[in-house]
Amino acid sequence: MVKTIAEINEKIRKGTAVVFNAEEIIDVVKEEGLKKAAEKVDVVTTGTFGPMCSSGAFINTGHTKPRMKFQKVWLNNVEAYTGIAAVDLYIGATQLTDDDPENKIFPGKFSYGGAHVIEDLIAGKDIPFRATSYGTDCYPLKEFETYINIENLNEAYLFNPRNAYQNYAVAVNMNSNRTIYTYMGILHPNCANANYCSAGQLSPLLNDPLYKTIGIGTKIFIGGAQGFIAWQGTQFNPTQERLANGIPVSGAGTLATIGDMKQMSPEWIRGTSIVGYGVSLTVGIGVPIPVLNEEILQYAAVKDEDIIARIFDYSEDYPNGKPGYIGEVNYKELKSGQITINGKEVPTAGLSSYAKAKEIANKLKEQITSGEFELTEAVAKLPSPESGLKVKPLLLR
Amino acid sequence: MHKKTVVLNFPRSLTKEPITYKLVKDFDLKFNILKARIKPNEQGTLVIQLKGSDENMQKAFNYLDEIGVQWEALSKGIKWDDSICVHCTACTSLCPTNALYVDRETMYINFDHEKCIVCEMCLTACSYKAITLDI
Repeated sequence: MVKTIAEINEKIRKGTAVVFNAEEIIDVVKEEGLKKAAEKVDVVTTGTFGPMCSSGAFINTGHTKPRMKFQKVWLNNVEAYTGIAAVDLYIGATQLTDDDPENKIFPGKFSYGGAHVIEDLIAGKDIPFRATSYGTDCYPLKEFETYINIENLNEAYLFNPRNAYQNYAVAVNMNSNRTIYTYMGILHPNCANANYCSAGQLSPLLNDPLYKTIGIGTKIFIGGAQGFIAWQGTQFNPTQERLANGIPVSGAGTLATIGDMKQMSPEWIRGTSIVGYGVSLTVGIGVPIPVLNEEILQYAAVKDEDIIARIFDYSEDYPNGKPGYIGEVNYKELKSGQITINGKEVPTAGLSSYAKAKEIANKLKEQITSGEFELTEAVAKLPSPESGLKVKPLLLR
Repeated sequence: MHKKTVVLNFPRSLTKEPITYKLVKDFDLKFNILKARIKPNEQGTLVIQLKGSDENMQKAFNYLDEIGVQWEALSKGIKWDDSICVHCTACTSLCPTNALYVDRETMYINFDHEKCIVCEMCLTACSYKAITLDI
């Protein structure tokens, strides 16, 4: 049984497409068998909702009168990058306000930054805007202060270099006397708690582990809008060690994503203040997987218990780039709230919201079922495990 | 029987007094210490849940007044805002009493106000300002 995306889109237009989310599909395949299920089901929807630091927005504010070539700009006191054309700028999610106390009083709160500006813009709030420059014959203005609102911006689109990590580490603190504050949350000493960050069986790239359908040009749900996969994400590492089912044992594939902020909702794009670490952007992403054949469905029916994550020490090994891991667990265990590490019962917590990931997968399912969301053919493949592509460190020379 | 949660503030001079022992022995109160910060030679704070008859409870408060322990009903509370919460569950493993807990079927979190001892661990753990201190 082989289907094409064109045939699935025809069904979507007719309102007859059969769609399940990546959790529901597990039981469908179990009950009906792979062959029958692959005939019946057209699309499996995935979702993820977690902090994704490598995110940011391109904005074109429109020209001032007289004209100005922005050299430095601040949105609500958060500096944005202007080393591009006159009134284009890029605001990065993790940029702090100029007067943020950082970690001077440890652990810092990082209560506002670029990610919050992005959320506020999407929420339709007026944002104080300040620009300075050196002045040229064609762009004479040297200073400008106003308010900006997303409605009046020419363009405002998220262009996130690295989202939707395919699997991630489980973080613990093996240090014996100090609580540590990491991007993986608060970790108490002596391995007193463990944090994980993946939607597991709902996560986009874990449902298509070898990138058979998800590729450049795939239309996705991003922040409530319809956006696209623009490229492989940064640190794309398809050669990561994998299980027999294709699942990488830790971070591997990533996605560079793009989407129009004017179509987004603050429900799915959230500024995130990680104590002691900094600011991040929590992004809601959903990717549809067309069930073109049985093999693709088999991958999409992956269960939490079949997805392994490795446990790393964030007190010593991770910060110093030391190799090695403490153990392996699966997502069923992680989601139970307790795992065993070296014989010790350790409570777990997530940083990526499984509940919200499911809401996204269901929203995407509704949009596809109602004909609002058609699938796209990828225009180019993501680098495969056979590509030999490997993430590299930065060496001192 | 009456139940009341109070915050006791001891001056430095009283940190060596066996106050909880007195509350039990002299006033027949049952107690449950929710939070304590008492170091020798420093001011001490005790959040304590007391159970007993109205009469004994009143006598106990009179006794605290007499010896110079400031007491007040616990008025601070943790407020969890479901509309801001993203249900990431980061707060739940740090909550010592399971007041913030995960429904493992749905993976949504919930807050049981009754169990909360206002330790404030969740305040720092929440990255979305969904948990605030209601004073």
